[in-house]
Amino acid sequence: MPTVSMTVNGKQVSGEVEGRTLLVEFLRENLRLTGTHVGCDTSQCGACVVHIDGNSAKSCSMLAIQANGTKVTTIEGLANGDELHPMQAAFKEHHGLQCGFCTPGMVMSAVDLVKKKPKASEHEIREWLEGNICRCTGYHNIVKAIQHAQQTM
Amino acid sequence: MYDFAYHKPSSVADAMAALKAADDGKFLAGGMTMIPTLKQRLAQPSDLIDLSGVGDLVGITVSGGAVTIGAMTTHAAVATSTDVQSAIPALAALAGGIGDPQVRNRGTIGGSVANNDPAADYPAACLALGATIKTDRREMAADDFFTDLFETALADDEIILSVSFPKPSKAAYQKFDNPASRYALVGVFVAQTAGGPRVAVTGSGQNGVFRVPGMESALASSWSADAVKGMAVDAGTLNSDIHASAEYRAHLIGVMAGRAVTAAG
Repeated sequence: MPTVSMTVNGKQVSGEVEGRTLLVEFLRENLRLTGTHVGCDTSQCGACVVHIDGNSAKSCSMLAIQANGTKVTTIEGLANGDELHPMQAAFKEHHGLQCGFCTPGMVMSAVDLVKKKPKASEHEIREWLEGNICRCTGYHNIVKAIQHAQQTM
Repeated sequence: MYDFAYHKPSSVADAMAALKAADDGKFLAGGMTMIPTLKQRLAQPSDLIDLSGVGDLVGITVSGGAVTIGAMTTHAAVATSTDVQSAIPALAALAGGIGDPQVRNRGTIGGSVANNDPAADYPAACLALGATIKTDRREMAADDFFTDLFETALADDEIILSVSFPKPSKAAYQKFDNPASRYALVGVFVAQTAGGPRVAVTGSGQNGVFRVPGMESALASSWSADAVKGMAVDAGTLNSDIHASAEYRAHLIGVMAGRAVTAAG
């Protein structure tokens, strides 16, 4: 079986995978990083969003081996010890979650947005979230949280 | 997903060799269609040959009145390229409207064009702008490249190297997208090219992307939204599905063509 190695949340990790092992399976099952969720498993919902070399990607739609040699950041890698990342703090402050299932993907996608378009308008924020589905339909507070994080990140 | 052997060659020649050595190998570009297809067990290749290690397939150059985009260049790279934005803004805008940000970060122009999904955006740009698709062995005009639903003129072992778009004097793309999938129910790309106006429609045709000669000649007489307004496209050649009937799509083509001409200026 092929071996993959990558940097996940700043730590060098490696493991044996099958060619068909998805990145999200490697993160959740091999590394036990279960903050990254699998919602739809058909590339639509975005609960599985992580960063690959700084760009958000759906970890259910890529192979673990495609991430070989990359730097991966998951939701577990955002906080600095007990101190929440500004985006996480903003989601908490603005009640940007209800059941919380979509939240890891929402936060990871939102961090990518604020890095790439720091001054995104409300409309641009909503467009950016096209790939993240919240089944509690709590979008208003998610958008408010992201607007808050635009000031604090 | 069925298992497969994975290869990541660093040159086009090595990629071809890996494919030749495989029982039933497939090239992997960004994987935004391939991986979901494999997950649903709709394909069972013996080998996947990942082209992301072939460095010279990535990049954007503007020269000689054309924008040339390497096959493994992502949609996000095209959308945010200031070179593409200034040379062919309609192309940058189209790339920025594909799927969602995460799909745009991984998906590539070569993968999109080779897959020729009947609702994909890039085939409309290729056809309307009169693009040239360059492979390891030849150059093909977009008019000869897209042959049918999910079918192209590519041989099984042929690799797209780049897609070259001649700069039009004006162009615009207007998409009426499915609100869930973001695929085009109807997408119309209009361009005023050196050879005259060209109009290409995606999301609708029973045989994939197609041109609309009637609209092209109307726009040649008068480049205006009124020239194409209400112009009928034969619904008999269009798809009907749960999202839209052929008649509705035929109507939308006229509407979106008009909007595209207005947007192009």
